[in-house]
Amino acid sequence: MKAMIRGNESIAYAFKLARVQVVPAYPITPSTLVPEKISEFIANGEMKAEFVPVESEHSAISAAIGASARGVRVGTATASQGLALMHEVLFIASGMRLPIVMGIGNRALSAPINIWCDHQDSMAERDSGWMQFYSENNQEGLDLGIMAFKIAEDKRVLLPAMVGLDAFVLTHTVEPVDMPEQSEVDDFLGEFKPNYVTLDPNKPATLGSFGFPEHYTEFRFAQWVAMEQAKKVIDEVFEEFEKKFGRKYRKVMPEYTEDADIIFVTMGSMSGTMREYIKKLRAQGKKVGMVKITVFRPFPKEELIEALQNAKVVAVVERNISMGFAGAVYGELAATFANKSKKPKFVDFIVGLGGRDITFNTLESVYKVAEKALTQDVDDVNWIDVNKEAVYKSEGLQ
Amino acid sequence: MYEVRFHGRGGQGAVTAANILAIAAVKQGFYSQSFPYFGVERRGAPVQAFTRIDDKRIDLRMNVYEPDAVVVLDPTLMSVIDVTQGLKEGGIIIINTAKKPEELGFSGYKVATVNATEIALEHRLGSQAAPIVNTAILGAYSKAVGNVKIEHVLEAIRENAPAKKEENAKAAEAAYEKTVLGW
Repeated sequence: MKAMIRGNESIAYAFKLARVQVVPAYPITPSTLVPEKISEFIANGEMKAEFVPVESEHSAISAAIGASARGVRVGTATASQGLALMHEVLFIASGMRLPIVMGIGNRALSAPINIWCDHQDSMAERDSGWMQFYSENNQEGLDLGIMAFKIAEDKRVLLPAMVGLDAFVLTHTVEPVDMPEQSEVDDFLGEFKPNYVTLDPNKPATLGSFGFPEHYTEFRFAQWVAMEQAKKVIDEVFEEFEKKFGRKYRKVMPEYTEDADIIFVTMGSMSGTMREYIKKLRAQGKKVGMVKITVFRPFPKEELIEALQNAKVVAVVERNISMGFAGAVYGELAATFANKSKKPKFVDFIVGLGGRDITFNTLESVYKVAEKALTQDVDDVNWIDVNKEAVYKSEGLQ
Repeated sequence: MYEVRFHGRGGQGAVTAANILAIAAVKQGFYSQSFPYFGVERRGAPVQAFTRIDDKRIDLRMNVYEPDAVVVLDPTLMSVIDVTQGLKEGGIIIINTAKKPEELGFSGYKVATVNATEIALEHRLGSQAAPIVNTAILGAYSKAVGNVKIEHVLEAIRENAPAKKEENAKAAEAAYEKTVLGW
């Protein structure tokens, strides 16, 4: 069935179709519509779940941990400052190995106050032990939202997962999606049975207890092993989903890369605009391609090496910045290739921060530098569409 | 690809109009996409919303800079902003006004007018001070642009209008009949 929904609704529908039992949430732009829609589903009797209206995001994720530890399927959603407020609790969720799924309306962090899209919020949580998925469109938000439960709950994984949708560009955009039938999703996910020790007064257990130096490292290593295992489980789930629903997902999606000298690496909604831009360049005979990263944690090193190793220049186009170094994706990609004897030249491009539109002009500026990099040295990190003169002047550098 | 820009004021329903047009387009077998100008909503302030319509999947995610048509829900906006900004040469302008197209002084564009305010009030949509014109103007869109048929617009309105579904559909139908094409 075709449905016309906003990106936020794709998360709400994913939770409904996954028969999520508890949704603790605190509203924040741009993901407010997720809890709004879910409370509507519950009020209409379309969804049997407990909605917990908490007083902050810190409480939302804490309540999610309590419910998940009790052994029920839990989903929540947040963005930006809300995700940042969850920060310390995120590590508890992953450390306790609870398969919570959280929708993120990817949005910039303050200051200055800004409600619009970039990936800084979830990038700042990349070390929290959560899996991270990024959607190109609302269909992907819905599908990844459903698949995230199956991956997170797999006995070999048991890690929480974030599913990112770009603020406004997806969260507030209406477009058609194929809405799976409830029976198909039931069949795909199976009935939720916790594969872990749960809180049960009849079988007392301590969860999230003290980990002395004698044991702490083993707990951390177990998370590392689970993340490594997740790589395989993600492939399995993506393949099973494709067989059942006919839509193909991969951790990284290469397009037009076979003979490409320059490959753009993208994440999230910019991938669609990039695809259209590449078609234009291809029509001019330019050998360019793209690789879309759908799964950022676990970082798909093997697939990225495979997809990028034959390129001359890899242009990493990203909506985040680690001040004092570079964008996060660039850093990780460069490290992925560090010990390879054959490697492309990596160039980083910072674009689309705080909702600045990523247009064909933006991508042309990126392409020009990438093309130059084929024959000469260029800067490692390139800020695109920015009024540098104004900044230099205000910083007293002129 | 056909791109439409809606101009309205916060609270007038420009975003809903863009969404309903997108839904109607899908009913006709097109792909579509609609989104608001990503601002901070304030009642009465100028707002924009966009619809893209195509016969193949729409991957483009940037704002609409060169629309094929613009829809103006509130004629007072025309003294505040240039509604033709970026509009393609020969593009269509659909305006809620009692005036005739030739009275508006545009050149190089096709202009269609409809008194959507009057039609909305006749169908008891909104109040004298704040008439809800977003469904009536879609009837005018269908007449002027023609790529999305009126029956699909009416069906989309009946399914998606938040209240007074039938009155909204009737208003769109009336506007379709009463739209004056200046070409």
